[in-house]
Amino acid sequence: MTVNQPKYKTSDEVDFVIVGSGAAGGVLAKELSSNGFRVVVLEQGPYLTEADFTHNEIEILTLDKLTNHPKLQPTTVRKTPDEKAKPQRALVYGRCVGGTSVHFTANYWRFHEIDFIERSEVGSIPGASLVDWPITYADLEPYYTKVEWEIGVSGLAGASPFDPPRSKPYPMPPLPVKSSGVLFERAARKLGWHPFPAPMAILSQPRPGRSACVQCGFCLGFGCEVGAKSSSLVAAIRVAERTGRCEVRANSYVHRIELDSNGRAIGAAYFDEKRNTHLQKAKAVVVCANGAETPRLLLLSASKQFPDGLANSSGLVGKNLMFNSGGTVTGVYAEPLNDYKGYCVSRVLHDFYELDKEKVGFCGGGGLDARYDFTPISFALGGIPPETPRWGKEFKATLAHNFTRTMEIFCHGTSLPVENNSFSLDPDLKDAWGLPALRLTYKDHPDDLKLSNWLLERAHAVHEAAGAVKKWSFPAQEQQFGVHLLGTCRMGHDPKSSVINVDHRTHDVKNVFLCDGSSLVTSGRGQPTMTIMALAFRAADRITALAKRGELSA
Amino acid sequence: MNASVSRRRFLAQGAGGLSAVWVTAHWPALLAAATHARQAAHSAGLAKFEFFGADEAKEIDAITSRIIPSDETPGAHEAGVVYFIDRSLTTFGVDDQKTYREGLPELQARVAEMFPGTSKFSALMPEHQDEVLHSFDEQSQRGRQRRFRSSPGAQNFFETLRQHTIAGFLIDPDYGGNRDGAGWKVIGRAREHIFQPPFGYYDKGYPGWDVAAKEEIEEAEKK
Repeated sequence: MTVNQPKYKTSDEVDFVIVGSGAAGGVLAKELSSNGFRVVVLEQGPYLTEADFTHNEIEILTLDKLTNHPKLQPTTVRKTPDEKAKPQRALVYGRCVGGTSVHFTANYWRFHEIDFIERSEVGSIPGASLVDWPITYADLEPYYTKVEWEIGVSGLAGASPFDPPRSKPYPMPPLPVKSSGVLFERAARKLGWHPFPAPMAILSQPRPGRSACVQCGFCLGFGCEVGAKSSSLVAAIRVAERTGRCEVRANSYVHRIELDSNGRAIGAAYFDEKRNTHLQKAKAVVVCANGAETPRLLLLSASKQFPDGLANSSGLVGKNLMFNSGGTVTGVYAEPLNDYKGYCVSRVLHDFYELDKEKVGFCGGGGLDARYDFTPISFALGGIPPETPRWGKEFKATLAHNFTRTMEIFCHGTSLPVENNSFSLDPDLKDAWGLPALRLTYKDHPDDLKLSNWLLERAHAVHEAAGAVKKWSFPAQEQQFGVHLLGTCRMGHDPKSSVINVDHRTHDVKNVFLCDGSSLVTSGRGQPTMTIMALAFRAADRITALAKRGELSA
Repeated sequence: MNASVSRRRFLAQGAGGLSAVWVTAHWPALLAAATHARQAAHSAGLAKFEFFGADEAKEIDAITSRIIPSDETPGAHEAGVVYFIDRSLTTFGVDDQKTYREGLPELQARVAEMFPGTSKFSALMPEHQDEVLHSFDEQSQRGRQRRFRSSPGAQNFFETLRQHTIAGFLIDPDYGGNRDGAGWKVIGRAREHIFQPPFGYYDKGYPGWDVAAKEEIEEAEKK
């Protein structure tokens, strides 16, 4: 926590209360406070900083130090709306200041033009609720550039022939290539494809107060000890705090948006660390709680005026959930790659971003990346060939041989929106605060599974061409667990078929805005955080303009 | 394998083991435990067991020694895994106490059943010890793709102990297991906190993206 944080009274009506401090909430806090507004950010998790981040796998793997805890916030899962959901872990998201951007892999490519206009390009898809975005790539381009320069993204402009047009190069060169990246790059070129240096939200050059990446090797799942990972925590929240107008209130779990009798939001009600309730008053509420918790908060905020949940006249709050599709092919090579050193992903290819539906027999697209996202314990539990004994002499010998010689090719692809796929409130299960738990309903669109298997075949081909000694994968299965939480309060012009408008304003409540993964209309081809941040920069501009026109005052 | 599962296998999966209550209030206890475990790890001769009795510790040590045996390189015994597990069970792993309390006697009963005359696992020949463990492993075949946290009731002692052994062998030595970095030496993970390229065999001599792209495209065109 930095020195200049104001302490606002809950009764002091600030300009904005922002729910959530992740990729979107952090950027909105930075932008709105920099634009002169008084802002309170309510974050349900703790305020951790670089000094709190460690290489302790137990904290990450079993104690959920940085993420939602399944015992405090249990969830239920089912495939279709006619089933009764069973208690099961449905999702992981960051639960600390900075949100999921604290522990993510940091892949940061931009969505392409097609992601915004796919419905017009491919037509109607049976079983999917695919629609165009109300904005285009061109509308978002300046904000992608802002993310790259202000938040810090390393990469090489022009390296991928499939990249959409850009107004500026990356602010810093790509990170050094890993052995996995070299194997991937050479093999993919042999196959006639176009690998390129992965754009990453990780610094390849230092910035004030932040080190360049030191390649420690504890990246996915862990907080960065040197501030090289461009999380909302180090790249946005700290800027917001330096304005002297933004207070970040951690351990503040928002459970209700309160309204006045005219149907305007008056602020956000939350539990503090001791579970006392407070109401932070604000002129407007901006919900950036992620694609699961944002719809949940709206549903929890049901009232006489809004019996089906706040801003839910469309009935679409929580629906059209998309997780992204994909899979992994793991390979073992003759010589040590030592890929445990350093960040996860150094090469990507997007040759399959747009596939011909008629030719492949399904709708969707995606890409491949070369990665190693294991740490020693997770490797021993999940990185060895499936037929290897799980204990004993051969187990140990396999660990000893494979740990340094393994790499993965990860497939990332579209999820088609399906209206039944959703987060809703479980009718029975409660969280540790007595609030209805999240209930996941999810059944992948058949095209998503076809795409995943299609991409897995290409990933096998890359390993083959790279000379892998051994490789394996598992066929794509229906997902019952997500980390990309997208589409649950989709953006659109029509209040009947969308939850927010192009300003991120809810159609139903004029001073409630939503911005996070829930705003996305399509899933992209995986790796949505870059687009979530770009949307947040854009939303901040739109909201600022509205506020300056006096449209947010009662 | 399911995409999201494979991506986040370590955060989300689970059969048995390493499950734990985690609330903010447990922070101080965890930190104390880590410190304690580290001291214990650094002063092996003096360490006392807090959860296990001496006999139990001997049994657990013997089981972990079959899960990760000692051969030309150190195993679970040399890495002090039994001390790591002992500390775990009094700190972040308190939820697993019951699994151990009930599981070890069950395993010993199995020993007596399979090899009449003793109920001590540690008293068996190594190949007999493996037979006993296989008898439990067969019951947990579902486990291969499910790691860490389990659904309630699905835990069993062997799977829990297997995961605890792996954790105690491979955790960063700063956090109370993997004594002297023995486990990392076995798998070839260097102890340095910071690394620089070249990282491995295949990125040595990499000419840079532009050069590599040009060379390989030219080569492809020749063909």
